[in-house]
Amino acid sequence: MTEALNNAMDPADEERPPTVPGRDLFSKFDALIAERQALLDTGVRDPFGLVMERVLSPTRAIIRGRETILLGTYNYMGMTFDPDVIAAGKKALDDYGSGTTGSRVLNGTYQGHRECEEALKEFYGTRHAMVFSTGYQANLGLMSTIAGKEDFIILDADSHASIYDGCFLGDAQIVRFRHNSVDDLARRLGRLPADAGKLVVLEGVYSMLGDIAPLKEMVAVAKRHGAMVVVDEAHGMGFFGEHGRGVFEEAGVEDQVDFVVGTFSKSVGTVGGFVVSNHPKFEVLRLVCRPYVFTASLPPSVVATAATSIRKLMHAGEKRAHLWKNSKRLHLGLRELGFDLATPEAQSAIIAVLLPDQQTTVLMWQALLEAGLYVNMARPPATPTGIFLLRCSLCAEHSDEDVGRIIDMFATAGRATGVIA
Amino acid sequence: MTDRTQTFAKVAELIEPFNKKGVELTDSTTFAGDLEWDSLVVMDFVASVEDEFDILITMNMQAEIETVGQLVDAVDKLKTED
Ligand SMILES: Cc1ncc(COP(=O)(O)O)c(C=O)c1O
Repeated sequence: MTEALNNAMDPADEERPPTVPGRDLFSKFDALIAERQALLDTGVRDPFGLVMERVLSPTRAIIRGRETILLGTYNYMGMTFDPDVIAAGKKALDDYGSGTTGSRVLNGTYQGHRECEEALKEFYGTRHAMVFSTGYQANLGLMSTIAGKEDFIILDADSHASIYDGCFLGDAQIVRFRHNSVDDLARRLGRLPADAGKLVVLEGVYSMLGDIAPLKEMVAVAKRHGAMVVVDEAHGMGFFGEHGRGVFEEAGVEDQVDFVVGTFSKSVGTVGGFVVSNHPKFEVLRLVCRPYVFTASLPPSVVATAATSIRKLMHAGEKRAHLWKNSKRLHLGLRELGFDLATPEAQSAIIAVLLPDQQTTVLMWQALLEAGLYVNMARPPATPTGIFLLRCSLCAEHSDEDVGRIIDMFATAGRATGVIA
Repeated sequence: MTDRTQTFAKVAELIEPFNKKGVELTDSTTFAGDLEWDSLVVMDFVASVEDEFDILITMNMQAEIETVGQLVDAVDKLKTED
């Protein structure tokens, strides 16, 4: 260890026998550490080390003492400061305490968890709903449990990390198809044994590029080959389809989808995950799903805020319309300025701006932040095709005026960094 | 040509568009080390091999395949299983 790294974290350090100098289990990260340091040495701020000092509303925070417009949250429906949601959370905190200190299957299911599942059943019109502690765990749980060693999981190559990790946690045979390609899915299903158990995993909205899946065609192909279908609607809940259930509702395939996975950490505005289904044997999953059993349940205040928010989302037609209007306007505005966008038109509330390399992306990100606008920076491996992008996600609480200001800020920052002419 | 030589030749042909550095291909050429492929290239390449031979190479199998020779053997085995 060098002098600088040899801090006071472990006073016993000095007594350890010297090993190969500098080599230990962390050595595999050396390239990443060096790459990151090289970037920071150019004088830019760390895009992955930002702190929100205060949060004023779903669309405003104080970052480094400056009021900043938030355009990089998953707070699509702006529910985080809804007065009814906050009141429900405070009441639950008073009535049930700060946490459950236990698993859903032991002492961790309170009245509030049940009510939250009831709200989900009503929202989705399904017979069953199971609440997990995060959406990540909902995917881990479903993928690893439902498909066994002899079964096949067929997933889109651009699937979210939680879907991949769920596959790796289980024993199923994993087959990938090219992103959003109906033909590729059909070909692969056609090569599988006709009588094998099959689960096709799709997402409504893909979160990096903001593109949506051709669910109507994909679900039809999956059903033709006798597969069960799960759709992850993490980024679709709240504003696709008549009831805001997601892209699968808008695609008219509700009766064909076997499971919907979702999260409370986006449109619902808190934290938690779920799976809903009409399968008659669904409830058995509560006994066999390890990421459900071997972790503590959500705090009472969280399930109370979630249930209240979900019920309000059932009647959020106006907010939804406003969010669509803003998304289309921002997409058009950026396109007209000459930015390269990931989709030809706005397909969701996520607008991804493609940039040529890491350096340009960070410079652009920083220029926007300094102007008072926060967006997400995304890079491989989070991005699918080895691309760098700035991801903008709109919130139903952004005003028309906000969208105008955002477009202006992009114009100025884009010209200053040479991204646009 | 034996079946294996034919499979090798076809696999080599499919590798070419992704062989940016013109690495010479033998049974012991590794995908990660010699060809320096990342997971995205692997995904594209595997899909093209699957479509060429009309087989499926699951991610579980891919985890065991490190060299060109191992891939050729796996392809031959999968072809005869059909
Ligand atoms: C598609 C998808 N699924 C699942 C998740 C996980 O959700 P959570 O934040 O509740 O763990 C996310 C969130 O990043 C996601 O984008």
